[in-house]
Amino acid sequence: MLAIECSNVHKTYPHFELKDLNLNLAEGTVMGFVGPNGAGKSTTLRIIMGLVHQDAGSVQVLGHDMPAAQRAAKWDIGFVSEDMRLYSHRTLGFHLAFLQQIFPSWDNQYAAELLQRFELNPEQKLKGLSHGQRVKAALLTAFARKPRLLVFDEPTTGLDPVARKLVVDEMMRVMEDENRSILFSSHNTLDVEQISDSITFINQGEIVASQDKETFLDAWRRVRLIVDDAFTMPNCDSIVETQQAGHQVVLTVSDYSDAFAARLSQAGASVADVERLTLEEIFIASVEASRPVQSPIEGEAA
Amino acid sequence: MNTQMILSQTDPRPIYVQIMDEISRRVALGDWQPGMRLPSIRELAADLKVSVITVKRAYLELERNGVIVTQQGKGSFVNQEVSVDDVRLQELARYLENAARVAAAMGMSHDELVDALADYTNR
Repeated sequence: MLAIECSNVHKTYPHFELKDLNLNLAEGTVMGFVGPNGAGKSTTLRIIMGLVHQDAGSVQVLGHDMPAAQRAAKWDIGFVSEDMRLYSHRTLGFHLAFLQQIFPSWDNQYAAELLQRFELNPEQKLKGLSHGQRVKAALLTAFARKPRLLVFDEPTTGLDPVARKLVVDEMMRVMEDENRSILFSSHNTLDVEQISDSITFINQGEIVASQDKETFLDAWRRVRLIVDDAFTMPNCDSIVETQQAGHQVVLTVSDYSDAFAARLSQAGASVADVERLTLEEIFIASVEASRPVQSPIEGEAA
Repeated sequence: MNTQMILSQTDPRPIYVQIMDEISRRVALGDWQPGMRLPSIRELAADLKVSVITVKRAYLELERNGVIVTQQGKGSFVNQEVSVDDVRLQELARYLENAARVAAAMGMSHDELVDALADYTNR
């Protein structure tokens, strides 16, 4: 069962194009959505929420067609983005009471717990809150509704490490229920790496990779080689970056396998070390590789 | 559920391997007895604040190594037939494997490696 299913979604703006977007979020899983600024993350999330209408392609969220059936779908979706507009002259308590009236699924006891955990004061007016408090307040309004799907655009941006941990902990608490799902975008690759079951990587309006996290992280390796003077590198699409200093060569590889290591050995290189990469390193290597004219990453995605 | 497991952020090993090691160590130490029921995958994921897929992978590998058994619909248990010695040897095997690899890269012979190891065991 899929919580979100985007098929061949297109959206064209004068200076930006979202191209042939395919994205599936399985129910009961967390998807981390990463990519550089301006890659199309927020646009994608807004299309999923029905806030932006795609030019072509289909979007299904919890079985509802978006944007046509967005009213029905949104009972079960909690969406938080950076530009959440809450009433600045009203208290947090006012907002909570307001939302409680609207959403039958609202859990008042859970809301009270979250107020404590997030160290928020319901008496306080929104305009008096710090950035971090405002973010936590917005997230609280989504959590307390207990929706089947949470869609967060940059939920931990601008939060201190303690607040970030609180938010990430709460997201993982949601996942104890196997019928609930989370899609979140983030520049904090550590958070994404820690809690995501799958990772979708977007760059320049195109999805570069969308895979389960373990497979995705496993595929990328840094390979340290010791080579002799006559060595020539075998031609291979999965080599994203090559650096050579004397007799040492360091490769960044997007699709590592034992067969690949064997090819290097045949070519006369001895493999000194094979290291895993963090999501941060993969992120940077992919984006850098896509900048020059020739891009091994885009070549593979096509 | 609080398992009091602490993962390291500076450990270069992937998280699933850290989880495997921690569980293996508990079994080897006898803190988790044969037949004991493990936390469900989702419970442990929520407790450690790591993704479900990571815990799932750790459990699958532990099952492959014979440390735990998983019964469809019932959950995972410490293998009744688990040999504590085997679990300990598995832990040691990883270090030995690493030592052998490093020695090979340095061009050390088998005997030289054994001699080098003897320096430590005779201390």
